[in-house]
Amino acid sequence: MANNGPAGDLRLANVTKRFGIFTAVDDLSLTIPQGSFFALLGASGCGKTTTLRMVAGLEQPTSGQILLGGAEISRLRPYKRPVNTVFQSYALFPHLDIFENVAFGLRRRRVKEIAGQVERMLSLVQLEGYGKRRPNQLSGGQQQRVALARALINHPQVLLLDEPLGALDLKLRRQMQIELKRIQTEVGITFVHVTHDQEEAMTMADTVAVMNAGRIEQLGAPAEIYEFPATAFVANFLGQSNLLAGTVTGTSGADLLIEAYGSRFSVPVERARVRQGDVHLGVRPEKLFLAPAGDPLPAGHQGVNGVVTDSSYVGVSTQYLVRTAWGAELAVFAPNTGIGGQVPIGTPVTAHWHPAHAFVLPREAGAGDRTAPILPDAVAAAS
Amino acid sequence: MSVLSHVGAPVGGPKDTVREPVAGQRRRRLLPYLLLLPGALWLALFFAVPAVQLAATSLYDPAGSLDLGYAMTWAFGNYPDALAAYWPQFARSFAYAGIATVLAVLLGYPLAYAIAQKAGRWKNLMLVCVVAPMFTSFLLRTLAWKTILSDNGWLVGLLRDLHLLAPDGRLLATPAAVVLGLTYNFLPFMVLPLYANLERLDYRLLEAASDLYASPVRVFRRVTLPLSMPGLVAGTLLFFIPASGDYINAELLGTPNEYMIGNVIDSAFLVRLDYPQAAALSFLFMAVILAIVFVYVRRAGTDEVV
Ligand SMILES: Nc1ncnc2c1ncn2[C@@H]1O[C@H](COP(=O)(O)OP(=O)(O)OP(=O)(O)O)[C@@H](O)[C@H]1O
Ligand SMILES: [Mg+2]
Repeated sequence: MANNGPAGDLRLANVTKRFGIFTAVDDLSLTIPQGSFFALLGASGCGKTTTLRMVAGLEQPTSGQILLGGAEISRLRPYKRPVNTVFQSYALFPHLDIFENVAFGLRRRRVKEIAGQVERMLSLVQLEGYGKRRPNQLSGGQQQRVALARALINHPQVLLLDEPLGALDLKLRRQMQIELKRIQTEVGITFVHVTHDQEEAMTMADTVAVMNAGRIEQLGAPAEIYEFPATAFVANFLGQSNLLAGTVTGTSGADLLIEAYGSRFSVPVERARVRQGDVHLGVRPEKLFLAPAGDPLPAGHQGVNGVVTDSSYVGVSTQYLVRTAWGAELAVFAPNTGIGGQVPIGTPVTAHWHPAHAFVLPREAGAGDRTAPILPDAVAAAS
Repeated sequence: MSVLSHVGAPVGGPKDTVREPVAGQRRRRLLPYLLLLPGALWLALFFAVPAVQLAATSLYDPAGSLDLGYAMTWAFGNYPDALAAYWPQFARSFAYAGIATVLAVLLGYPLAYAIAQKAGRWKNLMLVCVVAPMFTSFLLRTLAWKTILSDNGWLVGLLRDLHLLAPDGRLLATPAAVVLGLTYNFLPFMVLPLYANLERLDYRLLEAASDLYASPVRVFRRVTLPLSMPGLVAGTLLFFIPASGDYINAELLGTPNEYMIGNVIDSAFLVRLDYPQAAALSFLFMAVILAIVFVYVRRAGTDEVV
């Protein structure tokens, strides 16, 4: 990501937003380069919408600055900001037809030759011929696309999208994702995209930020975050992870030595977020392999023994739960390559991994294992 | 109104799945008429019958009198005669009520908006304040204004001291007093429907508009106002109709020079006992009001607004 100075970068500097005594956004600082696709991920209520509203000018930060291309905009009224929003609640104007809804921003800026632009925008969101309808005559997904068109048509410097594709079916969502990405690269608009769909965030965004309780826990390229999460929250919010509670006992060459439940493991030092004290040893489920207990492991691999307690077949892979001797349940995703059969429940196995695929995260003293059971989410994420 | 509320509304419901017996369907079809019955009876008894009576009276021989009795002579001439004699009062009624309506909108809209969108926990108290004057009689309130506006009242004194009023200037017995009286007395009829409408206004739409480059003035012009049209139409009608038919304000706060059509009808019925003329005036008034309402509602296009 080339940083071409503060040209049109959106910058939040120590932005805090409090509602009464409740802190919705907590000392947030980040820079979103001009023309980049920035995805904001996080659990419900973590402050994503509030952050967008502050950028749009619909909410005043309690403290901190919001800069666009070096100019402070946090005191600017919303209608003076070159920023448009696709609202989570759509907020279409019920008294205007679809055409006028989409044309609203252009009319307010007294743009000429509106009709052509609106028609083009409507066909972009696959709503040609719907111009004369009222919003309440459209389905939820259609309304959402109108909301998208209404914001996009203005070619703002920054487009804020608050879960803009949430109401669409999978096929349409994929199409709109491709369209959005295409528009974003063509026009060079900065997109700030809030979504609950991790796959959407990972496939579309240049940069992903994972928010938790008003703070950004980690920010980076999707692969970077996925392969080497910074906190236990991120490790289990973006995809899932097996986190074993352990303690650092020392180093050996370029490896960190960790002891967990009487076994010793090693992890390359550069894969460790901390190098001493209490840690989580993390491995992603798809990076775990199963071998019959007692079989020799591939060179360099290390593993833990356990018994398969559950398996679910999800097409592209089979997801196993392996219960260790101390009671932790590890998730293991075995790709459905057709080579080797299914492992029956009750089989004693060794779940093993290559140390370069593991990572080490800080752990609060006393915190135990954080291993994820097989959730419906996991199925969706893997499919 | 929230967009989502339309989307979320349950459609069909159990009706689609449960097959009703035929008898149940017939009962269901009759139900609306049964519900209409009490209201329809009421209207027939207290509106339709008197209206026919009044229409008949308006066509009686104008030469008749209460003592001698009236003869039905289909005297359609009563109408042009009444209009020729009292067109100034007609015009004045609609002019005064029109000006008062404009004033009431200017006063009532911001008030209703403030109560609905900004008052927070003071909302109920403020609503009570709007309605509170209605707890005293209409006559009494107007008499109170007569005192306030009187030549030796404090208000006239103050205005004279401030040279806003000539030393011999008056407030009472002027057209202004009548218009102000109308505005005051009927204001709640303007505020309440507007409030009911603005209360439902979705502030997120206003946010969306300002996000789309609309300044506060344009947000009002393009979103708030059109969305509140049903409330505004209801409020202006509820205000204008009784205000134009009012005679108490002109009677108490004005002089015969300010008399409105209500005063004329009042005196024709109760003082001059010229029933045919009174009835003709009443009918003319009703016709004009209906015409105004029809044109107004058409122009405002309430059915267009969700
Ligand atoms: N006007 C407000 N007054 C008080 N609290 C608020 C207000 N707006 C938001 N909050 C609180 O701030 C927190 C963050 O809200 P926000 O809408 O930003 O969440 P979000 O991350 O967008 O969640 P979701 O994914 O569910 O949309 C929530 O706990 C919410 O209750
Ligand atoms: Mg939100």
